[in-house]
Amino acid sequence: MAQTPYEVLGVKPDASAEEIRKAYRKLAKEFHPDLNPGKPAAEARFKAVTAANDILSDPEKRARYDRGEIDESGAERPRYSYRPHAEGAQGWKYQPQGEMDVGDLDDLFAMFGRSGGRGGRTGEGFKMPGPDRQFTLTVDFPLAATGGKQRLALSPGEWLDVTIPPGIEEAQVLRLKGKGGAGFGGGPPGDALIEVHIAPHPFFRREGDDIHVELPVSLAEAVLGARVPVPTATGPVTMTIPQGSDSGTRLRLRGKGIHKKRRGHETIGDQYVTLKVMIGASGDAELAEFVKGWAEKHPTDPRRAMGAGADPGAADKAAAS
Amino acid sequence: MIGLDELTRRFAAVDRIELTRWIENRWVLPDAEGGQWLFHEVDIARVELILEIRREFAVDDEAMALVLGLLDQLYSVRRQMRRLCEAIECQPPEVRDAIRQALPPVGGEEAGSE
Repeated sequence: MAQTPYEVLGVKPDASAEEIRKAYRKLAKEFHPDLNPGKPAAEARFKAVTAANDILSDPEKRARYDRGEIDESGAERPRYSYRPHAEGAQGWKYQPQGEMDVGDLDDLFAMFGRSGGRGGRTGEGFKMPGPDRQFTLTVDFPLAATGGKQRLALSPGEWLDVTIPPGIEEAQVLRLKGKGGAGFGGGPPGDALIEVHIAPHPFFRREGDDIHVELPVSLAEAVLGARVPVPTATGPVTMTIPQGSDSGTRLRLRGKGIHKKRRGHETIGDQYVTLKVMIGASGDAELAEFVKGWAEKHPTDPRRAMGAGADPGAADKAAAS
Repeated sequence: MIGLDELTRRFAAVDRIELTRWIENRWVLPDAEGGQWLFHEVDIARVELILEIRREFAVDDEAMALVLGLLDQLYSVRRQMRRLCEAIECQPPEVRDAIRQALPPVGGEEAGSE
């Protein structure tokens, strides 16, 4: 370590300004280059004495030097900020003794399997619930409508039969208490959160509590009426097609929609069946011959409401040209 | 690591007698090795801190004990908090989320729950 300016001038740290001035003058004369030509050692001493005096003769610089803010050459010293030391590993040395109970926190760390810091306290009763676990589950349309059980793989080899409530909505989340991750320190396990998705169905469609389906019927069933099987969420039922039904006729199966219980209040939806007449006999000469004769006796214009003109023949010609 | 002599040379504003009193007061806790005090970086920084508090706030010895006591408590809590945060950092994401969700809102409970 370099000499302090006090050591350079040969004075005590509590020397007065006058003592410093006297010491400087004496040494400056002794080592002045003009009086010591060709003596580099003397010149170096003279420089050191001058530098020491620069600091100690200025009360402000002297005070800054005393506080460790500047070094012997007058250059700024790097500051020793206390905080990074206090918060680092060395800071534990200054842990307050008995002033504050940090044992509770240590218990927490013991729970995480870390060393408990000072002392030998072990965890006493710190509990924490386990984490929730997230799953997604896709159910088919009838199960979503009627409710029931669906098996879900929580992890390889761990299965859970999830009860799907009737009328569950797309993306609804079911919370299964206690089926999440294990708790800490004897705390309860977390929950399983299951987001339920409903697979699209080829012909069922849901609107609120009602189910809609489009039902193909034959020309004969539509014209003459019939009793036909209709699929519902709970299985096929027989429905009467009234005589003379048209494409687009909508029939209702009361109570065949979604049955839901919400807070003890039950709601029951319906199933709506929209008929779609399928001629299904393109190129059938017999049907064509019959319809030709029939149409001549029963001229109709199904597009009258659209104001598209009353002459079907003219429209056909226009379309053909 | 430096000894007492080097420390007092470094900080002319404090002498051996005063530093010895600080050590006896447990304001500074250097290691004792072979009859010599050994000051680590944290101890040097602490000496500078004490000098600074004394200079900037004109704090006398009795008030200094209080100030250092409070500072040590504060840094103790900060060190513990840092340990806790590090422990949480190395948990799986779902555990961190669960802890985040379990954090009570800042401001605490509504008044009147007494």
